[in-house]
Amino acid sequence: MSKPYYNAEDLRKFGKITEWNEDLGNKFFDYYGKVFEEGALSAREKSLIALAVSHVVQCPYCIDAYTKDGLERGIEKEEMMEAVHVGAAIKSGATLVHGVQMMNKYEKLSM
Amino acid sequence: MALLKSLSARKDDLSKPANQLKFLNNGIFREGELPTFKDKIAETGNFPLKPKKLEILQLNLGYMCNQVCSHCHVDAGPDRREIMTKETMLQCLEVIKTTGAHTLDLTGGAPEMNPNFRWFVEEASKAGIKDFIVRSNLTIILANKKYHDLPEFFKKYNVHVASSLPFYKREKTDKQRGSGVFDKSIKALQMLNEVGYAQEGTGLKLDLVYNPAGAFLPTNQKELERDFKVALKEDFNIDFNELFAITNLPISRFLEYLIASENYEDYMYALVDAYNPKAVESVMCTNTISISWDGWLYDCDFNQMLELKVNSKVQHISDYNEDLLNDREIRISQHCYGCTAGSGSSCQGSVT
Repeated sequence: MSKPYYNAEDLRKFGKITEWNEDLGNKFFDYYGKVFEEGALSAREKSLIALAVSHVVQCPYCIDAYTKDGLERGIEKEEMMEAVHVGAAIKSGATLVHGVQMMNKYEKLSM
Repeated sequence: MALLKSLSARKDDLSKPANQLKFLNNGIFREGELPTFKDKIAETGNFPLKPKKLEILQLNLGYMCNQVCSHCHVDAGPDRREIMTKETMLQCLEVIKTTGAHTLDLTGGAPEMNPNFRWFVEEASKAGIKDFIVRSNLTIILANKKYHDLPEFFKKYNVHVASSLPFYKREKTDKQRGSGVFDKSIKALQMLNEVGYAQEGTGLKLDLVYNPAGAFLPTNQKELERDFKVALKEDFNIDFNELFAITNLPISRFLEYLIASENYEDYMYALVDAYNPKAVESVMCTNTISISWDGWLYDCDFNQMLELKVNSKVQHISDYNEDLLNDREIRISQHCYGCTAGSGSSCQGSVT
């Protein structure tokens, strides 16, 4: 059986990255924890943003983590799917808006 | 999904507490992948775990219930026949008269299904216990005409009602507790409000008990309470006092679900990762005695279901002695991680 590059159980080991560089690892986790605290945005809003971004960056660990985080916070599946669509819309929009560059180049090169 | 029969009626291997304990002690814990609960609490000097002042007497009046919830740690259901007899109730009443505990907590199954429930509530209310709780699944109030007056009955004896409601939306509630449970629960809550529960100036207390509908932990209790209050008021004009967030412990039917859905290991990792030493200090077994339908004594309702009787010379209500009991060592296993995760979990919700 072939071994997959991604293993769901590796998410449990995320904290171990500090073992090879304690200073930078701890700085990252401190920063990460601080980012997700209640602030001008609620922790619930941040969780939905994180879920959308997880899809855009196509991180399977992040998708697992923030789907679970959403369930824990009582976020409903309709809200989660809308967040994913926001991410998808930006991603597709980002692709499509480059069409302007294509059009510009096309016009520049054409007689 | 809610189930049709208990593990016991299905003669499932997990209906036997010894098999549950064997499962919890093997695998990731035996292989050392995760520390046992004993090793974990020893790190902070909490082993052996000892009781503090007794505050709560919790009586399980029987495992019979009108619902078969998929997460039930009691494995309760209509097919269970274990019911506390009047004789055992009389023994409990003697203890209630003399106990130093300030809270009496009746649970089940559906405690209201015990044929002597009303007599027992009347008698127990005479003992002058400060806080008298009945854990009601709500739907029992609508299950049969003979239960329709329960809100009035609870009011008459100033019973503090603690009601299960896993979510403020239909889908998640019905998935866990059975089709139609949400609508009946809403109706029952409205009936309790109508007689004065959770209404200003009545002193009648109505709390809700939330437990996650799946393999995840509860979030902050105050945040959940805020969401429940807004949603139930806006959608159904329902009031309640407090919300208790309870973690599902990996025993009985919830353990069955975790294994069948291949969530067991991740769930145990989540519990161990969320271990909070502060929660150990006020975990409910340190202030509670749980009494089973047949009068045996346990550190908590979960140990009762695992048949882990108190580690004391006194093991039955007929020999009850509070001083001797308070000198015991609390029995623990890996399921105890459920009460020490995050803000901690108890029948009164978070403990920190």
